[in-house]
Amino acid sequence: MPAISRDEVAHLAGLARIEMNDAELDRMAGQLDVILGAVAQVREVAGDDVPATSHPMPLVNVTRPDVPRPGLSAEQALAGAPAQQEQRFRVPRILEED
Amino acid sequence: MSELIRRTAAELSGLLSSGEVSAVEVTQAHLDRIAQVDGDVHAFLHVAGEQALAEAAAVDTARKAGEQLGALAGVPIAVKDVMTTQGLPTTAGSKMLEGWIPPYDATVVRRLKEARLVTLGKTNMDEFAMGSSTEHSAYGATHNPWDLDRIPGGSGGGSSAALAAFEAPLATGTDTGGSIRQPASVTGTVGVKPTYGAVSRYGLIALASSLDQAGPCARTVLDTALLHEVMAGHDPLDSTSLTDGYPDVVAAAKAGATEGIAGLKIGVIRELHGGDGGYQAGVMARFDESLALLTKAGAEIVEVSCPSFTAALAAYYLILPSEASSNLAKFDAMRYGLRVGPAGVEAPSAEQVMAATRAAGFGDEVKRRIILGTYALSSGYYDAYYGSAQKVRTLIQRDFAAAFGQADVLVSPTSPTTAFKLGAKLDDPLSMYLQDVATIPANLAGVPGMSLPSGLADEDGLPAGIQLLAPAQADDRLYRVGAALESLLVESWGGPFLAKNTLEAMK
Repeated sequence: MPAISRDEVAHLAGLARIEMNDAELDRMAGQLDVILGAVAQVREVAGDDVPATSHPMPLVNVTRPDVPRPGLSAEQALAGAPAQQEQRFRVPRILEED
Repeated sequence: MSELIRRTAAELSGLLSSGEVSAVEVTQAHLDRIAQVDGDVHAFLHVAGEQALAEAAAVDTARKAGEQLGALAGVPIAVKDVMTTQGLPTTAGSKMLEGWIPPYDATVVRRLKEARLVTLGKTNMDEFAMGSSTEHSAYGATHNPWDLDRIPGGSGGGSSAALAAFEAPLATGTDTGGSIRQPASVTGTVGVKPTYGAVSRYGLIALASSLDQAGPCARTVLDTALLHEVMAGHDPLDSTSLTDGYPDVVAAAKAGATEGIAGLKIGVIRELHGGDGGYQAGVMARFDESLALLTKAGAEIVEVSCPSFTAALAAYYLILPSEASSNLAKFDAMRYGLRVGPAGVEAPSAEQVMAATRAAGFGDEVKRRIILGTYALSSGYYDAYYGSAQKVRTLIQRDFAAAFGQADVLVSPTSPTTAFKLGAKLDDPLSMYLQDVATIPANLAGVPGMSLPSGLADEDGLPAGIQLLAPAQADDRLYRVGAALESLLVESWGGPFLAKNTLEAMK
């Protein structure tokens, strides 16, 4: 039985907001199945007593004094926008139609 | 060909400070070389000729005025296209960012500017640094200057090819699983992934934030050290930037070449040495020769075992896609980059626009890894995959700690093979991933690593590389041993390694 089905790939593509046609889903499901088969061994390596490591070096929280400092101007921030209006990012509708 | 392009950065530094040549002459020589060969090599995505000449002229003016300048002032550099450059296009090899001009400089780029290096342009790479061949660039592959039908490594194949083709004496890279070291290995150049946190990630387009590390690329160990010194340093804009523990890498490179390495302990990692790991015979032969040279120079070779390294690739290909799927969520077609409407939909929703844009803007490998990461992080699989991979990471750190208790530096071949043919692994992602089997453990543990050329493999006459690994924040050991080995190898070759390249197009 494959580790991942075509339907699962379709569901994941939806979650990741990537449109995929049937041919792409077929190919992706086959390739991901091979990759998952190869990485599945991680489940067998470490015992329950081994702690997880999320980060290679010790992390400390970083803060700075709460004083204003210059940032990007509105023009700079909007310079790469696909669409803009009244000094704001113009986006497609975010609500369902009535 | 102008002799200037054959010079090392250290030599150019001397010529510039003595006034024998101007920065404009050096820059023009490299721009001429780019115009001559980059049609074949395709190392650059963008050449900033006018700006480079203006920067060079400003350095010449400053020098004439008696200003105190850094060692690399006026030396040209090629910048990997994953680093934001204010006013210059930055695409990370993706259609998603085609035409985007960043409004700010990455900290690394700012440091290059402050040291007055001259930016020649931006180098090609696998899309968002995902790949080992540059074939995943949306703008076409880069070609290896040793054989134009072969890959230059990846993701930083543009930077490595630019060095090997004498289009630039220095280049920047980023290394998430080997993207500096493997390209160096297959092009006969030098590259270093510093200790995690030594070079700021601010302004680098993130792939996997707990693994990404920028570093220097060059043709000699000393040049790599000179660039390392400019790039590294604390940056308050990166919360993972190290506050201390920056060893003097330039002094270490000079000491390695002159004082040698007698008494140093060098550990050969059993799990990354031949066997069934798919290591090419010629790569192993050159590796063993390097060990013999190190022994002759008075180093002690010991064998160390890192049993968890056999699971490193599997852990990496869960951790990386997980972090990448999250990092790449920002490409949502709203604030910058590509926006595409879904076909045949009137008044599409933001969600539909996102999905259509990401379908059009991302290449296959990027989509594969985003889906894989989304899977590994999803409820029901999280503990089995992502959680287990993080535990393997702990075991790999423990293996390194034990090995560094027995040896000062560790060694392995950098890449298991020499450069493969363009297209050979495109339909087999897993075999492409195996290129990084020896380089990935360092990223998972955060320790620094270097690749330098070890010679030509007998079976194909292509460059092989040797990897050195040191404990975190002991990057100087890489340079000390690397410079010592390099001087022994250059002596045995009777000249610099790239002089062995007989390809007519590169003359």
